[in-house]
Amino acid sequence: MATLSARRATVLPGFGLTLGFTVFYLGLLLALPLTALALKASALSLAEWAALVTDARILAALRLSFSAAFVAATLNAGFGLLVAWVLVRYTFPGRRVVDALVDLPFALPTAVAGIALTTVLAPTGWVGQALEPLGIQAVFTPLGIVIALTFIGLPFVVRTVQPVLADLETDLEEAASSLGATRAQTVRRVILPTLAPALLTGFTLAFARALGEYGSVVFISGNLPFKTEILPLLIMTRLEQFDVAGATAVAALMLVISFALLLAINLLQRWTQRRHV
Amino acid sequence: MPRFPITLLAGLALGLLAGCADGNSQTPPEADALASVELLNVSYDPTRELYDEFNTAFAQHWKDSTGQDVTVQQSHGGSGSQARAVLDGLGADVVSLALAYDIDQMRTAGLISEGWQTRLPHNSAPYTSAIVFLVRKGNPEGIEDWDDLVRDDVEVITPNPKTSGGARWNYLAAWAYALRQPGGTDATAEAFVTRLFQNVPVLDSGARGATNTFVQRGLGDVLLTWENEAFLAVEELGPDAVDIVVPSLSIRAEPPVALVDRNVDAHGTRAVAEAYLRFLYSPIGQRLAARHYYRPADPQHASPTDLERFPDIDLVTVDDVLGGWSSAQETHFADGGVFDRIYRPGA
Repeated sequence: MATLSARRATVLPGFGLTLGFTVFYLGLLLALPLTALALKASALSLAEWAALVTDARILAALRLSFSAAFVAATLNAGFGLLVAWVLVRYTFPGRRVVDALVDLPFALPTAVAGIALTTVLAPTGWVGQALEPLGIQAVFTPLGIVIALTFIGLPFVVRTVQPVLADLETDLEEAASSLGATRAQTVRRVILPTLAPALLTGFTLAFARALGEYGSVVFISGNLPFKTEILPLLIMTRLEQFDVAGATAVAALMLVISFALLLAINLLQRWTQRRHV
Repeated sequence: MPRFPITLLAGLALGLLAGCADGNSQTPPEADALASVELLNVSYDPTRELYDEFNTAFAQHWKDSTGQDVTVQQSHGGSGSQARAVLDGLGADVVSLALAYDIDQMRTAGLISEGWQTRLPHNSAPYTSAIVFLVRKGNPEGIEDWDDLVRDDVEVITPNPKTSGGARWNYLAAWAYALRQPGGTDATAEAFVTRLFQNVPVLDSGARGATNTFVQRGLGDVLLTWENEAFLAVEELGPDAVDIVVPSLSIRAEPPVALVDRNVDAHGTRAVAEAYLRFLYSPIGQRLAARHYYRPADPQHASPTDLERFPDIDLVTVDDVLGGWSSAQETHFADGGVFDRIYRPGA
């Protein structure tokens, strides 16, 4: 019976084939390289591992990488929501252009983004010139890292929130207001709960992307140990010194922490979804 | 809209098929092995122009002497990354990298036989360079020598020695200078280099990035760089933007070349690859090196006008000061080495 109902439920045939392909595909693209990573990292002894995860420089980079990625993802959640809102709810000349521009960080090689951002924000650049009298130095500081990570993460929030927002009927808001809800109440009790899961997904994606980001950050961060050195740079540093085991060990450490965080966010997302329904 | 993914998939499939067909259409190498041969030279970044010209010259030379056509493929990138690519299986017949240490890694892995550095003259380095200073036009900070780089009011731009081979030369040049001062010891040299790196506001990951930081972003008062890069910067920016300052003592930067034994034996290209490297030492090779701002190992072959550009510098070598690259790497750049101590928190 179960197979019958499964058959009835799908329009496209071939569950066995598609699942087989999915497993094969994921195995080839995800499981295989990750296994290789784990194997390379396991070349280190337990003591070496311990030394690694307690190394002050790695911890500093770890802190910086995770906090900068978190701040950038939070900024993206806020401003990405705003952008999605404007794109869905209003028509204005050039809307399609703006819509297309949102995807630019996806397409642009991140190194190009990094160089462009650094050029603009450097004390000699257009924006940097204006910032300098205010005593703000954007490039070669954690601020610069956050800016780069915000730049590359923007599309994730916009593109996950946009379709949900488009499906959200204005009728609901009108109903809420006709029943006496204030604007704030409508936003808080009608709009935000519906958007929350999508917003969290967007946040997670932007966060994950920012964590691994290398190309754009190496140009803008200044790469000073203990100050502006991100974890992916430390991984590259080890590779440049032919220390593949050390590099993969740092990578594995990063992977474990990210996975734990993503899992936590996923659970949170489920919880908001269930609470809403 | 629902049709779109199908079209896309079809397109992808077609692309893949076309790719496969392309791969199959290549004739096996044995078929015309006598008529033509291919070499791969895996090199580092700033040698691109030099080898463009050199490869053409060598192809001509090889055709004239053996009647065989040779095509030399070039691959450029950061020296360490290039070395890693060869270690991971990039089929280089010859390597021409920034550091002997990078080539030593291939020896350790068994790709290159022991004693590679003595198989060719001059430590296997057909051309050399030196570490010099690039300052802003007119040298407003009055930077003349290494001592000026540790002044409180001077900002120094250099890439990170951990990620850039070129930066390791910069670092060792400063070390060698401090060591050669009256009363110089390892301790005074470490103190000197530490003070120097405290004046470094940004550690770019590669040499070109550092040049950009100095030139495009206008950061810093002095850029530590290879002489050939400094000449290129002057050529690119015009003589109105920057000046080259030659310190009283510097290090002889020796970018070595080597035959990748395991690969040439697998490809059957040993003879031509050996000839290729020898040709670097020929009068033509030496002249081309000098034209591209490298100091030729045998200056008598180079054009006198090219040679005039190289000022006399008191040059030391890594072997003199540090007993070779492996020991330099171990002491200074390995994890927990001197360079890591410079960046201890609170240091």
